[in-house]
Amino acid sequence: MTEPAQDSYQDGNALAGPLREIFAVDVTAAAGQCVHCGLTGPVASLRVYGPAPGLVARCPACDEVVLRLVRGPESVWLDLRGTVSLRIPLPARGVPDGSEADTT
Amino acid sequence: MGFVSRGFRGRPRDEGVKLPPGQYLVHDFPVLSAGPTPRIPLDRWEFAIDTEDGRTHRWSWQELMALPSETPTVDLHCVTKWSKLGTAWKGVSLDTLFADVESSAEYALVYSYGGYTTNLPVEDLLDGKAWIVYQFDGEELAAAHGGPARLLVPHLYLWKSAKWVQGIRLLNEDWPGFWETAGYHNYGDPWREQRYQGD
Repeated sequence: MTEPAQDSYQDGNALAGPLREIFAVDVTAAAGQCVHCGLTGPVASLRVYGPAPGLVARCPACDEVVLRLVRGPESVWLDLRGTVSLRIPLPARGVPDGSEADTT
Repeated sequence: MGFVSRGFRGRPRDEGVKLPPGQYLVHDFPVLSAGPTPRIPLDRWEFAIDTEDGRTHRWSWQELMALPSETPTVDLHCVTKWSKLGTAWKGVSLDTLFADVESSAEYALVYSYGGYTTNLPVEDLLDGKAWIVYQFDGEELAAAHGGPARLLVPHLYLWKSAKWVQGIRLLNEDWPGFWETAGYHNYGDPWREQRYQGD
């Protein structure tokens, strides 16, 4: 029986391409919190199994599933039930300079 | 008449093989993984059938080994499109394990060491269609392929044949499992190419 390497996984950067298909920002740079153990860390630090039948991203602390992504021919399924929240860094918003007309 | 070469890439034993739509033939045994491989010592291994009214039937490893075994040779079809033909297994028919189980439940949720789950109708587990297998090709089942024991339901896509099987929960309502809640088809018949939800 063929015995390929077991327990082989990649880090969360493996999610960058598939998530870029869905989101306008690089989600691997976001900080996510694990529902199961509460660990907060970058999506890029997750342990990613797959890609087939789907990408399964697990918490590096408790091994529970944090994110799943299945790419079908015409749809992608994204399951974030193992994620409390994602803190996604964005460029700073422009600070109003007060020159706009006061509409109050 | 001269010798007619099949060509360097020819695989004579593949000729005339009928595969489900969209599948291709492999001769190795690919391993797909959704997480770490569980390692279950046999003295702590247990298989259970939990009925819809809360009763649990349990078998230790020794009790499983003491049951009558069968040696099914079956074709495997993975939803990722590879098929492997004529695989030889040894295990216990679910008909044997269900013999003393009183239940009228129509749905089953199979659960595994490591947290994996998959759902299927109870009738797909019975009448010689499914086994708890513990040998492949005459050797004990390797952990990478679901050992010490896995479910074998070869008439459905292989994700239904849960590796590292721990038990079967009988339910009055269908409860979609790990891949069935993430886009894959609820039933998964390879001959009807039921890969994804909506197929």
